[in-house]
Amino acid sequence: MTAVVPTTTLAGSSKGGVRAFKNSLATVLVTAAFGIALIPLVWLLWTVVSKGLKTLTQSGWWTSSQRNITFRKPGGGVWHAILGTAEQVLLCTLISVPIALLVGIYLIEYGGGRLAKLTSFMVDILTGIPSIVAALFIYAVFITTFHGQRAGIYVSLALVMLMVPVIVRTTEEMLKLVPNELREASYALGVPKWKTIVKIVVPTAFSGIVTGIMLGIARVAGETAPLLILVGYSPDTNSNLLSGFQGSLPGMIYAQVPQLGNTRFHYAADRMWGTALTLIIIVMGLNLVARLVARRSKVSN
Amino acid sequence: MTDQESRDRERARAMAEREATHASDTPDDYRGNADPNGVGVIPSSSALATPALADAPVSGSGVGAFGARGKVRIGDKVFRYLTAGAGMFVCILITLVAVFLLAKAIPSIANDKVNFFTSRAWQVSGSTLEFGIVDLLWTTVLSSVFAMLLAVPVAIGIALFITQYAPRQLARPVAFVVDLLAAIPSIVYGVFGITVFAPKLHGIIDFLNRYLGWIPLFKKQISDPGTVFAGGIILAIMILPIITAIAREVYERTPRENVEAAWALGATKWEMVRLSVLPYGKPGVISGAMLGLGRALGETIAITLILVAPPSGAPFSPSLFYGGETFASKIANAAAEFNNPTQTGAYIAAGLVLFVLTFAVNAAARIVVNRRREFS
Repeated sequence: MTAVVPTTTLAGSSKGGVRAFKNSLATVLVTAAFGIALIPLVWLLWTVVSKGLKTLTQSGWWTSSQRNITFRKPGGGVWHAILGTAEQVLLCTLISVPIALLVGIYLIEYGGGRLAKLTSFMVDILTGIPSIVAALFIYAVFITTFHGQRAGIYVSLALVMLMVPVIVRTTEEMLKLVPNELREASYALGVPKWKTIVKIVVPTAFSGIVTGIMLGIARVAGETAPLLILVGYSPDTNSNLLSGFQGSLPGMIYAQVPQLGNTRFHYAADRMWGTALTLIIIVMGLNLVARLVARRSKVSN
Repeated sequence: MTDQESRDRERARAMAEREATHASDTPDDYRGNADPNGVGVIPSSSALATPALADAPVSGSGVGAFGARGKVRIGDKVFRYLTAGAGMFVCILITLVAVFLLAKAIPSIANDKVNFFTSRAWQVSGSTLEFGIVDLLWTTVLSSVFAMLLAVPVAIGIALFITQYAPRQLARPVAFVVDLLAAIPSIVYGVFGITVFAPKLHGIIDFLNRYLGWIPLFKKQISDPGTVFAGGIILAIMILPIITAIAREVYERTPRENVEAAWALGATKWEMVRLSVLPYGKPGVISGAMLGLGRALGETIAITLILVAPPSGAPFSPSLFYGGETFASKIANAAAEFNNPTQTGAYIAAGLVLFVLTFAVNAAARIVVNRRREFS
């Protein structure tokens, strides 16, 4: 309190017409900045929900594909797209998680050396790598060099490059929070370091790591650029990651775009907003669940 | 530690995770600071003072325990190499990206009939290869820098609001809302931008054109809504969360002494912020802005959907109120036609330039963060 009282008197005495005005102005601007951020969020969510909701409640939206459905026809669903996205993301997760966990463990539990510094730097670079560059790299390796055909599996590989840094960073943060006493207690009992990490450190940080994985999934599920380059969009259900074009949620949105300006048939536009809403529900849902898990998680001694 | 405090900590960590998604190079490894996540909602509160947290798990701790026994267990060795191998894999991966992009781009650049860096041509489907990146570079840099200039002041404002102005109960929801912006997939930003947002900008564009049209940057060139201006604003919204997250983190760390000193001098709130918070956070905000710039440079699908590509042979225009193609959108637009190696090589060359650009920006941001760590 003593700090506050002189503040007000000084500000008042040294005349602060100008100072008080500046102070109020700053308060207004700072608050307004938040309002500015709120506008696009509300506007965008409102647009997607209001335009997409009716499509989501159509019969068959969640269970059928877009087979034999053109922009002139209503109906069809997103099942093929959900399946494709789910498969690609699942494979990506299966590859990313072990790599990212090991990297995170290395940086925290064994870090400090020159390689660790370099690795940490490279993870940062990987975080900043544009998805289209990751896709081009996979294309250059597997399709031009090894003459593969475009397929879902390559999308998974490109997504790995985007997902690994997310999980590495979260794993690092979580491992840092594990109290050193736990490690020391384990060493004191004669447990080897690797076993301490596997049985004590990682399980303690487990829920935090799960959060990181879910955030990673949310990050890659909405990625579109790798899809354009590495697999074509197919309106049919194709569950084969190894060959053929595959449906995917972002791919399905993109596929409707050419017909957006069509004034006679609005089905493509409806479908696009419906898919966008579906994608937002999935990605935001994952995000929210990840945060809930993080909140519940306890790294405590 | 009280329940409330531990909940605070978890909440803050959850927020920090959002940011880890984008920008892990934030001051995440400040040694000696108890909490790497910027958890210190109240600096130097007891939540941070837990000794367990204060000791960052020092690498190799415990090694001495068995080192003393003079015996290296085989499991330890294997596990160590396994994790180091994963780390090495990441390093090699980045190297491979550079190597493969170079290897695929060089033959096409060698066959390029015009100068790769200075030509505006992009003719890769015929028998002669003519492509240059100057237009792409301009549109990419213009849209990204414009987005950064829009986003940074707003991000600073929000970060100040969260850390200095808002009451505790409001600060967390606000931070959450900003983080939600990052959870929206970029293709949704793209379709929203081109169908709903961009057409609304006509009034602003006409206004700016009327009064500032004598500056080439603000000269209206097309009536199509798909302008760099619209794309830049959408990019700004997309990079807002990452810059905000980093600014918030550094502002939270402002030393108590600096703040108290400003109060003791009789500063108003704003003067306190200007004298202590802003100078302290400056390097962090700069690196956050650069990370945001890196994101904007590489953003693909939103920009591809929004920007209208000018017809080939159209004269160059530096204007914001003009369409164009960025590196990423050029590649994405052509993705379906990647069929012969030389043609694809031209696009890979564009991708290589984009890679170098984002690498440089991200590395610079990282260096700024590191330098700051040495001083603080």
